[in-house]
Amino acid sequence: MAAKPVLYYFNGRGKMESIRWLLAAAGVEFEEVFLETREQYEKLLQSGILMFQQVPMVEIDGMKLVQTRAILNYIAGKYNLYGKDLKERALIDMYVGGTDDLMGFLLSFPFLSAEDKVKQCAFVVEKATSRYFPAYEKVLKDHGQDFLVGNRLSWADIHLLEAILMLEEKKSDALSGFPLLQAFKKRISSIPTIKKFLAPGSKRKPISDDKYVETVRRVLRMYYDVKPH
Amino acid sequence: MWVVCDFSSGPVVLLWKGNQIRGNMSGKPVLHYANIRGRMEPIRWLLAAAGVEFEERILKTKDDLQKLRTDGFLLFQQVPMVEIDGMKLVQTRAILNYIAGKYNLYGKDLKERALIDMYVEGLADLNELILHHEFKPANEMEKDLANILDKATNRYLPVFEKVLKDHGHDFLVGNKLSKADVHLLENILWLEELKPDVLAKFPLLQSFKARMSNMPNIKKFLQPGSPKKPIVQEKDVPAVLAIFS
Repeated sequence: MAAKPVLYYFNGRGKMESIRWLLAAAGVEFEEVFLETREQYEKLLQSGILMFQQVPMVEIDGMKLVQTRAILNYIAGKYNLYGKDLKERALIDMYVGGTDDLMGFLLSFPFLSAEDKVKQCAFVVEKATSRYFPAYEKVLKDHGQDFLVGNRLSWADIHLLEAILMLEEKKSDALSGFPLLQAFKKRISSIPTIKKFLAPGSKRKPISDDKYVETVRRVLRMYYDVKPH
Repeated sequence: MWVVCDFSSGPVVLLWKGNQIRGNMSGKPVLHYANIRGRMEPIRWLLAAAGVEFEERILKTKDDLQKLRTDGFLLFQQVPMVEIDGMKLVQTRAILNYIAGKYNLYGKDLKERALIDMYVEGLADLNELILHHEFKPANEMEKDLANILDKATNRYLPVFEKVLKDHGHDFLVGNKLSKADVHLLENILWLEELKPDVLAKFPLLQSFKARMSNMPNIKKFLQPGSPKKPIVQEKDVPAVLAIFS
């Protein structure tokens, strides 16, 4: 029987959250090892299992994969969420690149000062509503299908839903003016595996709080001030 | 309506549509970017390594970028953009993955692809530091360079030296050229421009570099007159920054 993937990261969203989303959407159960102390992290570093001395790291199919994109690409490919050919893959990569950039603006958010949080929030909402959401609204409008690529669920849809929900946490009406994205959000959220992930008790992580920030700073010895994008 | 124009490089057939000339009926990929390495350089490298000729539309001013935006050619209003096989691809990774997949530089199965992706993503992190270096203010350059060299020699180069040592093959993955090898060579050469003896402690990377540089397509790309871009000259930095401002 195949072992479940094991995710090594902090007990919070960060760069691992998209991986949790994708595994969950694919119906793949996984285990997690949470980094909590500096000693634990140094042991991991010394063991040599972190190729570039960084997390996320996912043990899957006998590999110790690092680099978020490499991990996501592998999962998408393995579970048929990466399109049917090179051209569909190119579209998926393009769309995921956009949502990755958008969510990337929020990665440092928990670490910002209160004042910078306000600025960064405004920045991300502006980018979402003027650059990214219009692009995806247009994709859906142009082909009139339920999914972004190939009339079939792919990694691009899952990633976009994650980004939409993240933005709505910052501005609850972020999707106003985007009727197709609103319908998309309802549709994708009701897919059984995703619905399960969105329900309480799943491995989905909440918005990062001060405790998360404190843990990350302590484990990584990251004591400098984090500036907004 | 078909219009035949005589350009200095030979007659070119252009399709006249509305009030815009849409160039390139040659079928070659067309790269849209500024005249710098930046985020387009890995794409130039990969196409060259695959032996694929391409054309470039160089953005010189902010207006050039704005025109691409208002024409609706840029999905997220950003370059790089590459016209290829009827698509207008944006997002560097999407473009690189497509080229690698099309020209068999992406491994033979999912697991080889995972290794290639892991190596390429690590190199992309290093490349991200390097490509910004030439645009740093003068008073930050020394510290920035020290950080780049520290990361290169302590985090990234040792990994690839070990990969080559462990399997003893000529290429990083699957005993066959892949985009990981091309991206590693690109970064090695750029690092050497910043510090000529950066490979001093990495004998296998030195022989890797020599081997890769001698492959015909890559050797050609390393000759003067190829599309390979030089490091930006200080005097040109303001104009480039203005395009992306």
